[in-house]
Amino acid sequence: MRLYALCLGLLLAATAQAEVFETTLQNGLKVVVKEDHRAPTVVQQIWYRAGSMDERTGVTGVAHLLEHMMFKGTKSVPAGEFSRRIAAAGGRENAFTSYDYTAYFQQLHKSQLPLAMELEADRMHNLVLGKQEFDKEIRVVMEERRWRTDDDAHALLDERLMATAYQEHPYRNPVIGWMNDLENMTVADAREWYKTWYVPNNATLVIAGDVNAQDVFALAQRYYGRIPAGKLLPRKPYLEPAQRGIKRMVVKAPAELPHLVMAYHAPTLRDVENDWRPYALSVLAGVLDGNDSARLNRVLVRERQVANSIGASYANTSRGPTLFSLEATPAPGKELNELEAALREQLQLIVREGVSEEELRRVRAQVAAAEVYKLDSVFYQAMQIGQMESIGLSHRSLPLMLQKLQAVTAEQVQQVAREILQDDQLTIAVLDPQPLSGEPKKKMEMQHAH
Amino acid sequence: MRTRLISLLLLCGLAGSAWATPQIQHWQAPSGARVYFVEDHNLPMLDVAVNFPAGSARDAADKIGVAGLTHGLLDLGTQELSEDDIARGLADVGARMAGDFDADRSGLSLRTLSNETEREAALAIMAAVLQHPAFPQAVLEREKNRLIASLREAETKPEFLAERAFGQAVFGSHPYGWQTGVSDVEKIQRDDLANFYRTHYVAGNAVVALMGDVSRQQAEAIAQRLTANLPQGTGASALPAVAMKIAASEQRIAHPASQSHILIGTPGIARNDADYFPLYVGNYILGGGGFVSRLMKEVREKRGMAYSAYSYFMPMQQPGAFQIGLQTKKEQVDEALQVVRQTLQSFIQQGITAQELRAAKQNIIYGFPLRIDSNGKILGYLSLIGFYSLPLTYLDDFPQQIERVTVGDINDAFRRRIDPDAMATVIVGTPE
Repeated sequence: MRLYALCLGLLLAATAQAEVFETTLQNGLKVVVKEDHRAPTVVQQIWYRAGSMDERTGVTGVAHLLEHMMFKGTKSVPAGEFSRRIAAAGGRENAFTSYDYTAYFQQLHKSQLPLAMELEADRMHNLVLGKQEFDKEIRVVMEERRWRTDDDAHALLDERLMATAYQEHPYRNPVIGWMNDLENMTVADAREWYKTWYVPNNATLVIAGDVNAQDVFALAQRYYGRIPAGKLLPRKPYLEPAQRGIKRMVVKAPAELPHLVMAYHAPTLRDVENDWRPYALSVLAGVLDGNDSARLNRVLVRERQVANSIGASYANTSRGPTLFSLEATPAPGKELNELEAALREQLQLIVREGVSEEELRRVRAQVAAAEVYKLDSVFYQAMQIGQMESIGLSHRSLPLMLQKLQAVTAEQVQQVAREILQDDQLTIAVLDPQPLSGEPKKKMEMQHAH
Repeated sequence: MRTRLISLLLLCGLAGSAWATPQIQHWQAPSGARVYFVEDHNLPMLDVAVNFPAGSARDAADKIGVAGLTHGLLDLGTQELSEDDIARGLADVGARMAGDFDADRSGLSLRTLSNETEREAALAIMAAVLQHPAFPQAVLEREKNRLIASLREAETKPEFLAERAFGQAVFGSHPYGWQTGVSDVEKIQRDDLANFYRTHYVAGNAVVALMGDVSRQQAEAIAQRLTANLPQGTGASALPAVAMKIAASEQRIAHPASQSHILIGTPGIARNDADYFPLYVGNYILGGGGFVSRLMKEVREKRGMAYSAYSYFMPMQQPGAFQIGLQTKKEQVDEALQVVRQTLQSFIQQGITAQELRAAKQNIIYGFPLRIDSNGKILGYLSLIGFYSLPLTYLDDFPQQIERVTVGDINDAFRRRIDPDAMATVIVGTPE
């Protein structure tokens, strides 16, 4: 019965992929169309291969700041007008910036796609970037940083963990930027960023929904085709030097409960056909944390009650390196070193004894079902295509990646656990909770568990 | 210019003939549960949700928190299945179960493949969870401890402190303003949960929504299977009325965060309120329409004072809150507060323009297909329509209801319902 579900999932993924069409305009803009005729709606996403990892020292946050400025007017569409026109067409719109890319999207009735394309193509080439709008928007971004990071203890912990785990790779800098860099950013920084990266040959256009691919290609040619290609700077590889021993760090912030994050350097997918570790690590994360009775929650939250909450995470696709991470909040009365020891024990159990076929089957069933469920979201399917293209893989690899994931063996999971879960490759960050009043609490236990 | 013309034409076309909305089938199961079903075979999957009037507003005044824990423990053990059996059984067939819980509703939803083997396995677990929860003592003790720890953590967060004070300021002693505290959780006993379940998870009060790849006949059987063995009991009583007039108040709560969190509001509207559509469209203009709303323009676009500024009505069984919110750095909190108050004041006093109304209608009506473009979204509407007894034609009528709203309706409704001089204001994190 589980086999059936698996085949069904693969079959659907294969047919879904068959409805994906792509072309590349002469100016280098790649256009990918996913037809889905369930509802009379469409999503346009444009993905620029420029994220915070492309920033220089002292200018962190400029990728994200530019994302904000993209709504601040072009030669022919004044500030605020982009949003006004999309709203008046019944659309929803927004944008997001990550380490790896910056993307913009609109969701609308299918008849409004030309409007969205006209506006998006216009701001790819004609952004004004005035000082007055910049001066207001940089303040908005600083408020966003206060809200997302500075006043959120766990976000702060994650930010400092990344800055510790990576020494050379630009993933050490937060996407939103360090506050001091934001305070000293100028409109010239934004202009330079825009000039460098916002060119058609550095972008992928993804259109998904109730459209005809050939029509979309013609529209793309009409609106984006006349934008000249830019000269792209060669990219630096930024290979993170090997870590040589465990790193430990503490972040103090207002909170009640301590929090623990353990992050191991881990490989990311480069060769879809021949790599196996990234697939095995994804399955390992599923065995540890794929459902409420996966190992971590069952043993540490439910049975031993050493954790109040716990999770494992691993993303196997990214432009840069990646981490295999575990995080947990101790149960009341439990010390962090007790929690860390219990977590390590669970990891060592897999290194020593491996995982069961039953656990693997369960992960496969969840993966297969997720492939079906994702078809309920046109937006998500477009996201997946855009992400793949932006990190340097092809959306055409998605079915093969799914097959590879489903073919992971118990031996591979054990082997990858043995290779990756090494103390020398580990960064441990703990949140030392501070009282709101500023009065010191009882001293936090900081003994190391070995 | 051309764009605007096209949009207006479409708007007119729409008002005449609404586009394809899902065809909702409705019946009462032999158990007494009300069922709402949309048959759709595009994707090999099924979504099911079952909702009860068993939200936090159903707590007894001396047993606050019982409703929430009852909901939380539903899938943590039945008479036959342990919590691990439940989680593994669902994962084995790739099914996902999730809970929804607010002041009015307690709900459980399931997404499963529609293939018979997977579907049957997943529904068997959902049926057991809904109809035979065991509320195991050991699980209750553990979950109480976890909840207490989470509450203590939440009490250090400015947004939680703001919401808690806001609820009290707007709703006073009404259950919509109650917040579960640590001492409430500590005294909850297993019997409290079992009693609450017996009185509130009653077959006749259940609303079953089904969306996806099953036939009508199968849907009928599923709805019955999920509700036939629910407790028998009486219908839900009416919730107490919300006192609509509140006095102006302002609370400032100290917090070390770099930003102040501001909430401003008053009791708003109930789900079945005659002013629902004028207030909904009007609020789009005030603070519901994202970047194009007045609040966002004044606070963010013109002054760069906040990342987000919004307003909304939360229509509930009884009138839920009308709420305005934003976060801004402490040093400029009073300036921001003044901008928000002026924006609201002029919105109420001077009202909206015809141009604003046209833009709002264009967005809401033309964006209507985006509200129903996935199984997941349609399931949400089925539950909403069923739970609040909205007309079965709610989705079909929606565009016309919006189209019908006039400038006068909006200005009149806001003036009657929102008094800027009688609002509760909460500010967490104020300059020392």
